[in-house]
Amino acid sequence: MATTVIPAQPTSKPTNYLNDGFTLKSWLLTTDHKRIAMLYLVSVTLFFFLGGFFAMLIRLELLTPQGDLVSADTYNKIFTAHGMIMVFFFLIPVVPAILGNFLVPLMIGAKDLAFPRINLLSWYLYIIAGGIMIHVLLNGGVDTGWTLYSPFSTQFSNTNVIEAGIAIFIVGFSSIFTGLNFIVTVHRMRAPGLTWSRLPLFIWAQYATSLIMILGTPVIAITTVMLAVERLFHLGIFDPKLGGDPLLFQHLFWFYSHPAVYIMILPSMGVISELIACFSHKRIFGYKIVALSSIAIAVIGFLVWAHHMFVAGISLYAAMIFSFITFFVGVPSAIKVFNWTATLYRGAVSFATPMLYAFGFIGLFTIGGLTGLFLASLGIDVHVTDTYFVVSHFHYVMVGGVVMGYLGGMHFWWPKITGRMYPEGWAKLSALFVFVGFNLTFFPQFVLGYVGMPRRYWQYPPEFQVLNVLSTAGASVLAVGYLLPMIYFAWSLRYGPIAGPNPWGAAGLEWQTPSPPPTTNFDETPVVTWEAYNYDEIEPKHDFLEGTGER
Amino acid sequence: MSEHEHSSSRAFYVALGIGLLVLTAVTVKAAFINLGPWNPVVALLIATVKATLVVLFFMHVKGASEKLTGVVVVAGFFFLAILLSLSMADYLTRSWR
Amino acid sequence: MEQQKNTASLGMWLFLVTEIMFFGGLFCAYLIYRLMHFNAFAAGSQSLDIRWGAFNTAVLLVSSLTVVLAVRAAQDGSRKQLVAYLVITILLGLTFLGVKAIEYKEKFEKHHVPGPTFSFTEKFDDNGKQIPVASNEAELFFSLYFAMTGMHALHMIIGCGLFTVLTVLAWKGHYSPGYYTPIENAGLYWHLVDIIWIYLFPLLYLISRHS
Repeated sequence: MATTVIPAQPTSKPTNYLNDGFTLKSWLLTTDHKRIAMLYLVSVTLFFFLGGFFAMLIRLELLTPQGDLVSADTYNKIFTAHGMIMVFFFLIPVVPAILGNFLVPLMIGAKDLAFPRINLLSWYLYIIAGGIMIHVLLNGGVDTGWTLYSPFSTQFSNTNVIEAGIAIFIVGFSSIFTGLNFIVTVHRMRAPGLTWSRLPLFIWAQYATSLIMILGTPVIAITTVMLAVERLFHLGIFDPKLGGDPLLFQHLFWFYSHPAVYIMILPSMGVISELIACFSHKRIFGYKIVALSSIAIAVIGFLVWAHHMFVAGISLYAAMIFSFITFFVGVPSAIKVFNWTATLYRGAVSFATPMLYAFGFIGLFTIGGLTGLFLASLGIDVHVTDTYFVVSHFHYVMVGGVVMGYLGGMHFWWPKITGRMYPEGWAKLSALFVFVGFNLTFFPQFVLGYVGMPRRYWQYPPEFQVLNVLSTAGASVLAVGYLLPMIYFAWSLRYGPIAGPNPWGAAGLEWQTPSPPPTTNFDETPVVTWEAYNYDEIEPKHDFLEGTGER
Repeated sequence: MSEHEHSSSRAFYVALGIGLLVLTAVTVKAAFINLGPWNPVVALLIATVKATLVVLFFMHVKGASEKLTGVVVVAGFFFLAILLSLSMADYLTRSWR
Repeated sequence: MEQQKNTASLGMWLFLVTEIMFFGGLFCAYLIYRLMHFNAFAAGSQSLDIRWGAFNTAVLLVSSLTVVLAVRAAQDGSRKQLVAYLVITILLGLTFLGVKAIEYKEKFEKHHVPGPTFSFTEKFDDNGKQIPVASNEAELFFSLYFAMTGMHALHMIIGCGLFTVLTVLAWKGHYSPGYYTPIENAGLYWHLVDIIWIYLFPLLYLISRHS
């Protein structure tokens, strides 16, 4: 069955979601999922650079072994700010709230999400929480680490713990409502003929992510409430003087925060599936297994949280159980990597920027994932826990994984979102900066951790300086790699070649509407009679600028 | 179309309500009988029966038009069970050598 | 319309799952500490008034019934009955909250409120044997008591508020046999809050009553 092709739009300006109203009110009170995605794009990007600013301060301090840039207390506040902002205000929402919000209805042939007003509420909750967080920062920040461990956070810290807890509570609900919206949308609003086994893997990934958002986030919500209540009213739930257990805080905290990392990585994995399929011009190998792996990661991800607590004081037997299960959680991720690789075999592979990010993801995420297995081994963990080894592990998966996937996705869907192509040369250069910068920043940190440099320390023995300097140098290169897209994406809005509906020759319903899409997405609800990734029916494109208009 | 889910009569619901009150009385009575370690088990069992009746009949999960509702309920309690049981795996084994 | 009703319903069910996990954290804390400090928890439980607890349980169960009957009335198109049942539900909810206020006041007077004024001198009555318990561990029990019943009461207040809004809309004739989804979904929320209390009652009030 041939795919329907919508002919290129006439040159007179059609109404799309971007020019459907220019007032502030039409943006701030919008219920259009695409506009909400753009609202998130702006706000999440701002928080990314704020978190990056704190990262820069960390790396500057660590250029020298002595603590000379800031005081020890200030350093605690800096890494806490970096962690809280990056985790709660960047990594968790970045792909779901931006790419997810934009693409989920398009990919399933729907006009919008199931609850458009709740979608807008999600964004406002994010903004309110963000405002509170900024207020916290302006008032001296928090010094407990993003992990807020008791009893320091509940009894001894003199910083704005409760207010930060409130910000986390509110942004948690932003996340919950997004997940709720996606689950109901995927269940109820798929176009006729779009069965579960015909869904793009991005949707499967987003669905699995939403399950975690619903089941996990409420637990951190109640944990921040308990933390606040203990601090405010001395209701000693974690207080050892009352017979409470500080470790209970850690159990409750990590019950969410471990699955949270799967909230971060799963959507990016979904992006990678789309990119690999398109730029191999081939169906993803083992579609069903990849789809089920997303669900498996979500479920098994809930069973491993205490691997963050191996040396905290849990029983040895519990440690053994959690270590054992943690080995299993790596399996579905590995399955995905194998399937992506197998997809490349005999594919018509092309190397546009999104594909470069996809390759980067596969390599870096694999390294990050493998080092996770080292950490899952109790014996090794005792040696490297709370060192830079852990820091490097999670940055490999979070930055080498999540951010690479996000950037690949932004480049891939940019023409759909904006109707413009970005400049490929600059984009490739930027990807190179990101890849080189990233590895230079974080690979030395594996070594640093192994030889004994603890994390969250603002000074270190002089013999560690060389590796730290390399790391800071890498961070500068990485920063350039992140700043360049800001410039050329902005440039492309005005000067980039105009994109047609499907510049990449990709499969998927989102490519069958104009770029940018009209507010209601589709003129007529599509009826799907083809399988996902029907690349055998699509002509491969040799020149991705072919079919784009002049500026 | 929307009425087929609520085919139970008012009398049925009232009877169920009375049944729930009876179960409450039973649980209070049972609390005063010394069953040793079984007291909490009995109490929670009765509570679970009450909760199940509310979920199935008051919340119309039984006879719902799709199985999805039931799956959502079970999933919620399942993951709560995970939180409770795996945490207990730590606390119950802390004193083991 | 049917699709919209199913959609809204699924959305509410997913929200209820988040509420289960939200309270779940408190239940987790309770479970662990009860095992660690059984005597203190039992003594704390025995100092609660079981009559108020049982009465409140009955009140909530009846209110769940009136909610179901309200939905039924909406289905049948009986506006007056719908409003009546909604009002009764709210009154029962307020009764519950009133009783909780009485109980909290009593706890305050006995110095069982955690914090600087806390003092617990009651003993654990274990089949006639009077076992003294550590005051700090009893304070832990009461911390959880206030946290759990307080959070529950907050949800009750929200529920009463929700039903008040719906009652006004119902009185104005907003609902019909073709559209009563908000009543149904608010009902689901109310039932869940009832279920949470169904578990709270034995866990808090009935730890060790036999003697």
